[in-house]
Amino acid sequence: MNIFVLVKRTFDTEEKIVVTGGAIQEDGAEFIINPYDEYAIEEAIQVRDAQGGEVTVVTLGGEDAEKQLRTALAMGADKAVLINTEDDLDELDQFSAAYILAEYLKDKEADLILGGNVAIDGGSGQVGPRVAELLGINYVTTITKLEIDGKTVKIVRDVEGDSEVLEAELPLLVTAQQGLNEPRYPSLPGIMKAKKKPLEELELDDLDIDEDDVKAKTTTVEIYLPAQKVAGRVLEGDLSDQVKELVSLLHSEAKVV
Amino acid sequence: MSKKVLVLGEVREGSLRNVSFEAIAAAKKVSGSGEVVGVLIGDAVANLAQELIQNGADRVVTVEHPHLKQYTSDGFSQAFIAVTEQEQPEAIVFGHTALGKDLSPKLASKLQSGLVSDVTDIEGEDDAVVFIRPIYSGKAFEKVQVKEGLVFATIRPNNIAPLAKDESRSGDVSSISVDITNLRTIIKEVVRKSTDGVDLSEAKVVVAGGRGVKSEDGFAPLKELANVLGGAVGASRGACDADYCDYSLQIGQTGKVVTPDLYIAAGISGAIQHLAGMSNSKVIVAINKDPEANIFKVADYGIVGDLFEVIPMLTEEFKKLLVNA
Ligand SMILES: Cc1cc2nc3c(=O)[nH]c(=O)nc-3n(C[C@H](O)[C@H](O)[C@H](O)COP(=O)(O)OP(=O)(O)OC[C@H]3O[C@@H](n4cnc5c(N)ncnc54)[C@H](O)[C@@H]3O)c2cc1C
Repeated sequence: MNIFVLVKRTFDTEEKIVVTGGAIQEDGAEFIINPYDEYAIEEAIQVRDAQGGEVTVVTLGGEDAEKQLRTALAMGADKAVLINTEDDLDELDQFSAAYILAEYLKDKEADLILGGNVAIDGGSGQVGPRVAELLGINYVTTITKLEIDGKTVKIVRDVEGDSEVLEAELPLLVTAQQGLNEPRYPSLPGIMKAKKKPLEELELDDLDIDEDDVKAKTTTVEIYLPAQKVAGRVLEGDLSDQVKELVSLLHSEAKVV
Repeated sequence: MSKKVLVLGEVREGSLRNVSFEAIAAAKKVSGSGEVVGVLIGDAVANLAQELIQNGADRVVTVEHPHLKQYTSDGFSQAFIAVTEQEQPEAIVFGHTALGKDLSPKLASKLQSGLVSDVTDIEGEDDAVVFIRPIYSGKAFEKVQVKEGLVFATIRPNNIAPLAKDESRSGDVSSISVDITNLRTIIKEVVRKSTDGVDLSEAKVVVAGGRGVKSEDGFAPLKELANVLGGAVGASRGACDADYCDYSLQIGQTGKVVTPDLYIAAGISGAIQHLAGMSNSKVIVAINKDPEANIFKVADYGIVGDLFEVIPMLTEEFKKLLVNA
């Protein structure tokens, strides 16, 4: 089975966010594999171990993303591909990202493509379905269970807390939701092996992509932090007085009840 | 230039979801003085057209077919594309719901357009429209503009106020017939876990419990408080993982995103993944034993104490207030 995983290097949102000059300050910040993509990598490895084949992790970004690709290789992926857009594009939106990934994937004859259902930085959740559409293959989002039997794939997906049980055929693209599996940590031998696994670096030219074809359709005009919340009021005094005060505040001050 | 905007009316169990009315209000802003056209897709949905019009749509186009009884991305995209071919819209607005999230990227790709997802506010009108959306798990916001082509956005439920309903409004309702074929996904079963009563993602009051609730029974006082306030019960991942409640109640990055007028967090520590699902709530109340808990940093009002003492007292106090009101 020929398996591809779309991976994104993301800012760890558990970190403090600082905005300088209209951009998120990235110096010294911690970067991770988007957590939902980790579920996708884990699932890909499990499918390969059960069915045979090869797992290729693919990312779009700059040189720095090599670290996250090595981590995926250390978890057990076989090959990695970095599509480096740093020199060619200043602005990339979901339209551009999906176009580039699909151009890379179009002649790869993938049986299964996995990705996270959303990236915790941009939070758009668009790239997976867009790539599937460009490749002309079917997709299923926010999956929590995957079973492959020949060409048939049985899936459970999360729909706002309800579970949808469905069937589809390969080739297929799926996006992972929390609950799909428990991603493994890279083992020490895994980390050693990862250093020798192939990591290919491509640029738009290698994919015969013209910059004009991937021009972003949307643009971010401003990034800002939400207005500092005035420190909340922690009530004091006798518990029953606190409760009375809270109800009265919610009624007369906040006017929500 | 004014725009013609299509809005998908999302139907669940025979009724329109509130977010569709909010989407109409959003569409009005995007359209300037243009036209807002409601779109209804399903096996029998035409009866809901008037309600879209009363909530601000100028007219409605329906696509009905037996294969559209259940949502599939193949079926609904064939139906919606047929509407875009007839109407040639300049903009499209959906709710950022499970269906909206699944369908909109496919359509944007087919229409070769950008897509601004999970919008919580809109500034300006028509060509000057700017979309505001949370990024980095809600820790920051970005303003986005469409540079080229179709304007396509999905809006987060409960953030953009719907227009006042006007029962005297009228408008044209037409239908398109589309042959819905080649559905590549077969839905075998839908296991409904959502509790009946108030829809969590649209509730005005949410009472949420975390690991501090300690057991399934521990949720009973929270349910009672929610009932008194006409709200819904929610939970943290911690409570779901511990089996105190079903995952359908989970609020956060992985679960539902809620923006109620009042969010009461009881026994929830306030992890960033939880905050991503509720930090936009208008008023947040935290009840936690630990005065250092992170949830107090986002709360408007906090009580440091045992939730099993505080919640029943709150319920009693609200009952008194609501009887007098
Ligand atoms: C990829 C990813 C996605 C995630 N998605 C989500 C998500 O969508 N939603 C989510 O919620 N989490 C999510 N999490 C998990 C999140 O990081 C936290 O682990 C989780 O929110 C903790 O739940 P909790 O606050 O109930 O539990 P805890 O952190 O254990 O907090 C329990 C709190 O209860 C208080 N308490 C205990 N007893 C009482 C009492 N009697 N009275 C009052 N207070 C009491 C304690 O002081 C404590 O603050 C995700 C994590 C990851 C890695």
